[in-house]
Amino acid sequence: MADLIKVGMADMNTAYSPGVLTTLGLGSCVGICLYDTSTKISGMVHVMLPNSTQIKNNSNVAKFADTGIAKLMDDMIRMGAKRSKVVSKIAGGSQMFNFSDASDIMRIGARNVTASKETLKLLNIPLVAEDTGGNYGRTIELYSETGILLIKTIGYGMKQL
Amino acid sequence: MGISLDDLNSLQIDVMREIGNIGAGNAATALSKMISKRIDMDVPKVNILEFRNVAELVGGPEVEVIGIYFKVNGDITGSIMFLLDKKSAKLLTNLLMSRIDEGDSLDEMDFSALQEVGNILSGSYLSSLATLTGLNLAVSVPSLAMDMAGAILSVPVILFGQVGDKVMLIETDFSEGTNHVKGNFFLIPDEDSFEILLRSLGVI
Repeated sequence: MADLIKVGMADMNTAYSPGVLTTLGLGSCVGICLYDTSTKISGMVHVMLPNSTQIKNNSNVAKFADTGIAKLMDDMIRMGAKRSKVVSKIAGGSQMFNFSDASDIMRIGARNVTASKETLKLLNIPLVAEDTGGNYGRTIELYSETGILLIKTIGYGMKQL
Repeated sequence: MGISLDDLNSLQIDVMREIGNIGAGNAATALSKMISKRIDMDVPKVNILEFRNVAELVGGPEVEVIGIYFKVNGDITGSIMFLLDKKSAKLLTNLLMSRIDEGDSLDEMDFSALQEVGNILSGSYLSSLATLTGLNLAVSVPSLAMDMAGAILSVPVILFGQVGDKVMLIETDFSEGTNHVKGNFFLIPDEDSFEILLRSLGVI
């Protein structure tokens, strides 16, 4: 059994094969997984908000999609990952509570997903799979040996991306 | 300019604790009237926690919990979330429906009862806040979700996350006889509303 490396809220981590990165109970946050298919170096960041430039207190880069993904990529390259070989998978971005008048803040999950995709595009990181949206929580595990992303839920089954 | 939890001084934290105390007291009274039984309450604890420690309060991010969420409108805007573990939720619905049900599964009837409890609790909470501050406040209809604690908590954490790296919650213990119901209230004023709230309480 490989080590299970936890990634908390507004947190990021990286692993060499066969490390397994996990984040528990993703809700409206988004878990972005980067994986270098050649070196098997993997990384995961658990972002809470779309954009660091709209928030004054933005010292924690892992909190935001824009700065979190960029920093994760830098960290992985420092570990020996090849930029051109890195692909991504994302999960999360649920709307946990339903309201008829969906204000911006209630749609934060969807906005986090959009911002994550925009950042990935900007950094030229291909998005190969996603499991986003809905109204339920997800626990995710990224296996650096295979690049497989396992998604567990309560009542919505288990999925492999 | 918004005020974040990191900036609160001890007097302001005391005032927030007192609001929690009075609000929870009113909520306990309302609950007691509803079920026609005596409800005791412990002095609520006000916790200001780092994001990463929040889920530990209910036993970890994967534990299944119930969140009842309300929006607050009026002179200040924001949200209230009431968080219950499954055991407490079941106890509460058993009390409400005067039944003894040992199982731990919750059905539509339980959810509807919990929404109603949430309504009463947050209403009495908010009315005590309105009385104390002289502010005009109203709550929306509730929205309920049962899922992993991490996922439910992501909602208040994101709301607090817009201004800082900490969350504030008020831990309340109710008991009826030997039954203990443990609930956590998250009172989350929007960025500009926190200042209005503290100002109206005379601590700014």
